[in-house]
Amino acid sequence: MTSKSNLERILEKGDFAVTSECGPPRGADPEIIRKKGKLIKSSVDAINVTDNQTSMVRMSSFSSCIILKEMGMNPVLQMVTRDRNRIAIQSDILGAAALGINNILCLSGDHQKFGDHDTAKNVYDMDSIHLIQTVKYMRDEGKFLGGDELKGIPKFFIGAAANPFADPFEFRVVRLAKKVAAGAQFIQTQCIYNLDRFKIWMEQVRERGLHEKVHILGGVTPIKSLGMAKYMKNMVPGMDVPDELIARIKGVDKEKRAEEGIKICVETIQQLKEMEGIHGVHIMAIEWEEMVAEIAKEAGLLPRPSE
Amino acid sequence: MIIGEGKPIKDILVMIKNYSKILLIGCRGCVTVCSAGGEKEVGILASVLSLARKKEGKEIEIREVTLERQCDPEYLEEIRSFVEDYEAVISIACGAGVQFMAEKYRKIPIYPGINTNFIGVTEEQGIWVERCQACGNCKLHLTGGICPITKCSKSLLNGPCGGSADGKCEVNPEVECGWQLIYDLLKEQGKLDTLEVIIPINDWSTSRDGGPRKIVREDLKL
Amino acid sequence: MRLSYPTNIKIIKVPCTGKVDVLYLLKSFQNGADGVYVAGCMEGDCHYLTGNLRARKRVEYTKKILDDIGIGGDRIEIYNMSAAQGARFVEVANEMTERIKALGPNPIKKRGSTESGKDPSKEE
Repeated sequence: MTSKSNLERILEKGDFAVTSECGPPRGADPEIIRKKGKLIKSSVDAINVTDNQTSMVRMSSFSSCIILKEMGMNPVLQMVTRDRNRIAIQSDILGAAALGINNILCLSGDHQKFGDHDTAKNVYDMDSIHLIQTVKYMRDEGKFLGGDELKGIPKFFIGAAANPFADPFEFRVVRLAKKVAAGAQFIQTQCIYNLDRFKIWMEQVRERGLHEKVHILGGVTPIKSLGMAKYMKNMVPGMDVPDELIARIKGVDKEKRAEEGIKICVETIQQLKEMEGIHGVHIMAIEWEEMVAEIAKEAGLLPRPSE
Repeated sequence: MIIGEGKPIKDILVMIKNYSKILLIGCRGCVTVCSAGGEKEVGILASVLSLARKKEGKEIEIREVTLERQCDPEYLEEIRSFVEDYEAVISIACGAGVQFMAEKYRKIPIYPGINTNFIGVTEEQGIWVERCQACGNCKLHLTGGICPITKCSKSLLNGPCGGSADGKCEVNPEVECGWQLIYDLLKEQGKLDTLEVIIPINDWSTSRDGGPRKIVREDLKL
Repeated sequence: MRLSYPTNIKIIKVPCTGKVDVLYLLKSFQNGADGVYVAGCMEGDCHYLTGNLRARKRVEYTKKILDDIGIGGDRIEIYNMSAAQGARFVEVANEMTERIKALGPNPIKKRGSTESGKDPSKEE
């Protein structure tokens, strides 16, 4: 074990892990995150907190993680390289570790053009791969990037994202290999709707033996409405929503579409459970956190092992 | 070359609102090539400013000059004998030229008539595109001659990110994904294995981040 | 054809409207023209292939400049006609004259001035 992470313990043990995520509030009200935490707590082994996702300013992932930690949950600190240079990043890594956070997900982050502050300067002092290397270096070498010794080692379980649905398709597995070489220990994928494409990607992953070097958790997001499905298909780069799925949602009466979306999500999880190299599922029910428990239950993932 | 574009006329009129005797100076270098600050643009700007002032019922005297370049001291000297006859100077050279002019002629207000945008190339007549951000630490040998710092919206050194779709950047469907371009070129050359190696975290001290830069060649100094 | 057209039109001949530069158009207004129109060949019939297309783009560019400084982009226009279309030439001349009359004199001239003139360019 490289950290005290519950998630690491479960994955190393060989159990199928369940994680989810919540977005912090767009304001200073801690109750909002506490409510979300309560809804998800008993359905997951760890919970991600997004970091100014889509460049919309929110309460920091760091502080939200502390709030969830205080509730007895296991947060995964998501950190993007868009907003912080290596000085701030290393500083936050130390601070998070000091406050008992032991999972980190290393991301580059959505460009600020998506958000509500598109005239900001972006940082990108490093990319997600350098961030993985940084956390690993601090943990395993006990030093700052600059070379000086750390007084107190941050012990993190290091994660990264993978998107089998972005282009160029043949290169995605190479990028995964680079993240693993950099030190990634677990991967959460972009939400999966195109299982055929995902299966091909997993074949490539297994060909390189990567499934034995890193724990891959398949991402799923329940579709709430036809509008949501269409939006993700047409407006979100790097998302693959097949026409058959749109047709399936459309084919159901409007009031039953959300239920169908949950059904599709559960079916996807069941397929993921059968796939060699998939060690868990990452349920992203954006602004629909109350469904996480139901999805986990329907997919036969409850109860979660206690710590 | 350096690419720039004329500032909105309204902005320039505000800069010179208290002046009626102006020296308008262009440059035959980069800004001529990108049609922002050459002799023709000097003529057009002078005409436009005159029309705008005349419409307000006011006069303006504009002397039109185009120098070989505004980034070498010898050429800037050419206006020394008459520059002080004017109340203000509008320079439509790039930011470097405007500043050099301001350093050499401290007594006269020097105003920028163009915005300096980037280092780039002429893709076709009328279209100029950014290519280089002068990071001072060129990595083009690692990426098939395509710059990840300039052509990737996030300046990733190990891209592409998860927002690359159909060869386009998540930021704008008209912007090509720099890493797709790098991938395609290296694939054509049969050198995809280059991309299996992690390009390390960058040293930004050689770029703007390290502070104003200077190069000295002792062997060339007089 | 011996058709008559308004006397306030001053014709400047060029070998091809592709020769017309933004600078000439602006200088016309600087020199007191109330309106300017460019008469080029029918699109597709340009002897130099794309001269009249380039002219159209420059007229559009000049319109924007004139709008920006409050002179008014409507004071400049481009029309296409063949050398044989005498009647069309007159029609355009009348149309433009009416338009400019409605817009009034070039705003750079002091109020009360009766001077007016139009400088179109026509391909021979």
